[in-house]
Amino acid sequence: MDGPRMTKWAVWAFTIALSLSACGQKEEAATGTTTGEVTVRIGQVSPLTGPQAHLGKDNDNGARLALDEINATGVTLGGKKVKFVLVSEDDQADPRIATIVADKLIDRRVAGVIGHLNSGTSIPASKRYHEAGIPQISPSATAIAYTAQGFNTTYRVMTNDLQQGRVLGEYAVKKLGTQRIAIIDDRTAYGQGLADEVEKAAKAAGGTIVAREFTTDRSTDFLAILTSIKARKPDLVFYGGMDAQGAPMVKQLHSLGIKAKFLGGDGVQTFEFLKLAAVDAEGVTASSPGLPLDSMPGGKEFREKFTAKYGVIQNYAPYAYDAAMTLVEAMKKADSAEPAKYLAELPRIQRAGVTGPIGFDERGDIRGGAITLYQVKNGKWEVLETVMGGAGQK
Amino acid sequence: MDILTQQLINGLVLGSIYALVALGYTMVYGILELINFAHGEVTMFGAMICLAVIGAFAGSGADMHGAIIVLFGLLAAIAVCVGLGFVIERVAYRPLRRAPRLAALITAIGVSIVLQNLAMLIWGKQYISFPPLLPLVRYEFGGAVITNLQIFIMILSCLLMAGLLLLIKRTRLGRAMRATAQAQDIAGLMGINVNTIISLTFIIGAALAAIAGVMVSAYYGLAHYYMGFMLGLKAFTAAVLGGIGNIAGAMLGGLLLGVIESLGAGYIGTLTGGFLGSHYQDVFAFFVLILVLVIRPSGLLGERVVERA
Repeated sequence: MDGPRMTKWAVWAFTIALSLSACGQKEEAATGTTTGEVTVRIGQVSPLTGPQAHLGKDNDNGARLALDEINATGVTLGGKKVKFVLVSEDDQADPRIATIVADKLIDRRVAGVIGHLNSGTSIPASKRYHEAGIPQISPSATAIAYTAQGFNTTYRVMTNDLQQGRVLGEYAVKKLGTQRIAIIDDRTAYGQGLADEVEKAAKAAGGTIVAREFTTDRSTDFLAILTSIKARKPDLVFYGGMDAQGAPMVKQLHSLGIKAKFLGGDGVQTFEFLKLAAVDAEGVTASSPGLPLDSMPGGKEFREKFTAKYGVIQNYAPYAYDAAMTLVEAMKKADSAEPAKYLAELPRIQRAGVTGPIGFDERGDIRGGAITLYQVKNGKWEVLETVMGGAGQK
Repeated sequence: MDILTQQLINGLVLGSIYALVALGYTMVYGILELINFAHGEVTMFGAMICLAVIGAFAGSGADMHGAIIVLFGLLAAIAVCVGLGFVIERVAYRPLRRAPRLAALITAIGVSIVLQNLAMLIWGKQYISFPPLLPLVRYEFGGAVITNLQIFIMILSCLLMAGLLLLIKRTRLGRAMRATAQAQDIAGLMGINVNTIISLTFIIGAALAAIAGVMVSAYYGLAHYYMGFMLGLKAFTAAVLGGIGNIAGAMLGGLLLGVIESLGAGYIGTLTGGFLGSHYQDVFAFFVLILVLVIRPSGLLGERVVERA
C-alpha cells in the first residue's frame, strides 16, 4: 500500500472517530439537564461477553426491569423528579477488568452499583467502591470473603457460600448417601470458596475426599482430570464452578463411564446447564441460594413480567432486580441519591423483595437466607428441598 | 495402567484435532512465511456453521438419521470455510504480500478479531450446544473406555492427513505447492500460477479447519464464538513443536502436544505433591512452546532455515 493513501485513510478514520465521540458527549449532556428532572446513574456490572455472558445479560435485564418500573411510577428525591439510568459494564468475569470497570463507573459518578456477578470480580471491585464511598449490592457474589473485608459499602442479597457449602457437603453424605467424594473447582474466588466449604462439611459428616482437582473457568476439556479421578473410584463428583464448564464436565464424566453422581452449586443450577448438558443433565443435583422462583413471594409475578420482556430467566435476574429495588428504596428513605446520605439507610433497610425479605446484618450479608436443592428430572430442575438457615456466619 | 491408557487415548484424540488445525498454520507458513492467526477463527466458523445447519434441520422437523444431518452440517461448514479462507487471503493478505512481514502478521491478528466479533454478532455470546444426534457407544478394553466418536475422530484425522501428504508428495498440484514454497518468483517463471496455488493452500487449510471445528464441537458438545482462540494458539504451538512449515511435523506436533497435555494434567498434581494443580493444563502447551524455541527453534522435524528477515 502506498503512503499517501494510508494517510488519507488514517485521517478519515480519525475524523469519524472524533465526530462519533462528540455525538456521545452531546447525548450524555442532554440527559442531565433537559426536562428539569435529575438523572441518577446506577451501575450494573456482570460479564456481558464470554462464557458467562448469558448470566451477565440476565443480571443486566433484572436490574433494567427494576429501574424501568421505578421510572414508570416516578420517584421524587429532595423535591426533584428523578430519572434512573442503568449504566451497564462488562467485566468479562475477569478480576483485573473488574477494577478497571469499577473506576470507570466511579468516574461516571454512579450513585450505586448492582454487581458484580462473580465473587472473583466483586471482591477486588468492592475496594474501589469503598474508597469512593459508593454503595454496592451484589446480586450473586456468594464468596465469604466478599463481605468479610469490613467495608460499609458492601452488601449482597444472596446467601453466602459458607452456608451453601455446608448444606451441599452434608446433603452429599447424609441424603445422597455417598462416601467417596471427588471435588473439582475452577480456581475462582467463588468455585474455590464453595469447594472448600463442601470439603469441610462432607468430611465433618463422615465422608472421604478421594480427589481434589482443579480446572479454569474457560476450559472445555476435563477428560484428563476426570480420568485421574476415575482411578480413585468416587461415588460423587462435586464441581465448584459455572454451567459452561459443568455441562461438558458431566458429559465427559458419562463418556468415560464413571458411575458417580454429579453435584454442583448455584453456578450449575441454571437453564443454560440443561440446554448444554441435554440428556446428560438427568439426575444431576445442584443447590441455589434462596427459594425456588415459584416459592418466592413475588416469584410468579416476576417471571411473567421478565419473560414477557426478555425471555427465559437464567438464574440471578430476580436478585439483580431486588438489588436495584433495594438501592432505590434506601435513596427514597434518605430522600437523596447522594451515596454519603443514603448509605446510612442501607443497614436499616427492611423490605419485601421478590426473592424474600431483604434486610442486612452488620457485615452486609442478607439475614435468614435459605438454600434450595434441585435435581434434574425429565430435563427440568425439580425442587428436592429447601433448607432454611441463619445468616451464614462463621 | 488402565488410567495411563485412558490418558493416552484422551491425548491422541485431542492431538489429532490439534494436528488438523496445525496443518493449516504450517501450510500457509510454508508458502508465505505468514502466521495466519485467523486460522483458529476459521475453525470456530466451521463449528458454528455446522451447528446452524443442524439447528435448521431440527427446526424443519425433517425425519432423518442424525449422522446424515451432521454430514450435511459438515459439508456446509466446509463450503463456507473454504469461501472464508479464500476471501481472507484475497482481501487481507494478498495486498500485503510484498509488505514487511510484521504488517501481514498484524493484519492476521486483525482478521482474527474481526471474525470473532462477526461470529459474536451472528450467533450471540452464549454457548451453543451440539444436539445429541450421534448415538454414543462406549467400548471398554483393559479398564479404559473409548467412544465411537473418539475412534471416528482419530480415523478421519489420519485419513485426511494421509490424503494431504499424498496430495503434496505425489500430485502435480502438490509439486506446484512445494515449488511455490521454495521460491515464489522462480515457480512463477516455471509457469506455475502462484496466486492460484496460494489461494488453494488457504482453501485446503480452511477445509481441514472446518472439519476440525465440527469435530471439536461434536466431541465437547458445545461451541462458542471465541473457541477458536485457544484452539488456534494450541495448534500453532503444535505446528512450531513439529517444525513450522513442515507438514509431517505439524501432524507429529499435534499428536505429541495432545498427549503431553493429557498426561500433564493427569499427573501433575501427584507429581508435584499438590503444589501445581491440573488447572495448569493449558500452561503445558506454552511451556512446551518455550522449551522448543529455546532448545530447538526449528522444531522437531524442521530444517534449519537461514534467517531472512
